[in-house]
Amino acid sequence: MSTARQSTTRTIAAHGVLILYTLIALFPVFVIVVNSFKSRRAIFADPLALPTAETFDLIGYRTVLQQGDFLLYFQNSMIVTVGSLFFVLLFGAMAAFALSEYRFRGNSLMGLYLALGIMIPIRLGTVAILQMMVASGLVNTLTALILVYTAQGLPLAVFILSEFMRSVSDDLKNAGRIDGLSEYTIFFRLVLPLVRPAMATVAVFTMIPIWNDLWFPLILAPSEETKTITLGSQVFIGQFVTNWNAVLAALGLAIVPVLVLYLIFSRQLIRGITAGAVK
Amino acid sequence: MGALTLKNVTKAFGKTEVIKGVDLDVKDGEFCVFVGPSGCGKSTLLRMIAGLEDVTSGDVEIDGERINDLAPARREIAMVFQSYALYPHLTVRDNMGLALKQLGTPKAQIVEAADKAAAMLDLGPLMERRPSELSGGQRQRVAIGRAIVRTPKLFLFDEPLSNLDAALRVATRIEIARLHRDLGATMIYVTHDQVEAMTLADKIVVLRAGRVEQVGRPMDLYNDPDNTFVAGFIGSPQMNFLKAGLLGLSSDTVGIRPEHLAISATEGPIEGSVSHLEKLGGETLTYVRTPDHGLLTVRQFGEHDHPVDSTVRLTPDQSRAFHFDADGQRLR
Repeated sequence: MSTARQSTTRTIAAHGVLILYTLIALFPVFVIVVNSFKSRRAIFADPLALPTAETFDLIGYRTVLQQGDFLLYFQNSMIVTVGSLFFVLLFGAMAAFALSEYRFRGNSLMGLYLALGIMIPIRLGTVAILQMMVASGLVNTLTALILVYTAQGLPLAVFILSEFMRSVSDDLKNAGRIDGLSEYTIFFRLVLPLVRPAMATVAVFTMIPIWNDLWFPLILAPSEETKTITLGSQVFIGQFVTNWNAVLAALGLAIVPVLVLYLIFSRQLIRGITAGAVK
Repeated sequence: MGALTLKNVTKAFGKTEVIKGVDLDVKDGEFCVFVGPSGCGKSTLLRMIAGLEDVTSGDVEIDGERINDLAPARREIAMVFQSYALYPHLTVRDNMGLALKQLGTPKAQIVEAADKAAAMLDLGPLMERRPSELSGGQRQRVAIGRAIVRTPKLFLFDEPLSNLDAALRVATRIEIARLHRDLGATMIYVTHDQVEAMTLADKIVVLRAGRVEQVGRPMDLYNDPDNTFVAGFIGSPQMNFLKAGLLGLSSDTVGIRPEHLAISATEGPIEGSVSHLEKLGGETLTYVRTPDHGLLTVRQFGEHDHPVDSTVRLTPDQSRAFHFDADGQRLR
């Protein structure tokens, strides 16, 4: 790289800022993971210390795995997250395709309407949603959560994906039409593979709030069989006594699946984020 | 097999009319080129023939059969796009065979058709590659091959050479001309490049702002243009337009091709100064700025020298001049 465009000082400064931000962002995660491996006394004695031979204790993880149905909670969280993700991506991409591909009356109005949800938090509608779920007998089911999260994720998905789908070559879609491919084949076989980076971006932005959500599981599905991991962890937090070992261990474990999903999407994600900027 | 007829075809996007009543007859086996400046509607017209755009009013007929409401795949056409539009996830062979596969053609027959097209276009060694592993010229040949495999009634080309570099463009142009001779199929070809139009076409359709300005064989358009637009569009460098009144003529505008303007240091009715000189070896183009007629182009064969800013005089060859009225229509 030429010195005119990138001086060493600037590179160091840029890396400095980024490293600082990384440290700040990772600090809470670091504290959680470190303390989850320590005894209760050691957590309070020196929260920032690394576990040593004396302070090392797996009591938190033992509690978590023995008490309650943590495996079930994990499974519930996984079902809800993956299920919602699937529907958000499927319906979001379909709506985006229709908006970007077909000319019809009220197209831009429809696009605006679908994007409106980005600005209005879905939690404002909690009471109405609860009433609806009660009326349809979906309270305490994972279906209720998947439905709500799908609705929550769709606006951003439609907004991002329709922008990306506009960039897919019209000629390619038209070539498919002339060769006799159906609109569904064109969508699934030609267009979707080309917007894969955008799909990964949407997947990550959709997945994390769903995985971390406490609000809707607490209101719509608080029963033992449908508890998600974030709700399940709450049993260790009491009004007067909190089992910090168990809470930290549960949170530490909760990071793992979302990390795995992120790693799956991240290769695509980087391309998705830089796609507009570089080219 | 493959005659195309357009009857008073129009196209409107909302209230803007982009095709304003086009009538056209393309005979079976003819190579017809739509040419015009960008935004004249030539690509839209091609898409309407392909069925990718709806026809607002009028009829599109292939072999006398109205196909307005037929899906693109059922019109028995094949199209080659400017951006190649190959399917990125399929090999060259599958790209070529997809349309036949969709029609339910037996596998052996598809392989045979693809191999035959590959042989015509020298694509044999590339058959198992994916489009991303091919160069631009190879991709366009694959796209042409994909069209041939279908044995369509009508070939449609949408500026197929625009993305290729100059040398490849000439080579591919010759290849398309050869294909047309070998296949004897009807071809409709859209371009903004009048050289492509002149070299390939049996029949040129000059379009402007959604209207047909003139239809004819290349040399008919060159030697007998109907109006100033066609006269200016066909031929390179462009025809010079002079104000007739200043030359003592009764028409409004006089069109003189650059090779029909004589240049000399002392003699001639039009005075001007040399603004730029282009020496191409075989010919010399001199751009002369005149106070009365603006910038005029003079084309001389061989090598000549006219110093920039020197004063020169020009003589139009009156016998080769075209006369136009105030609306730009030809006076014959």
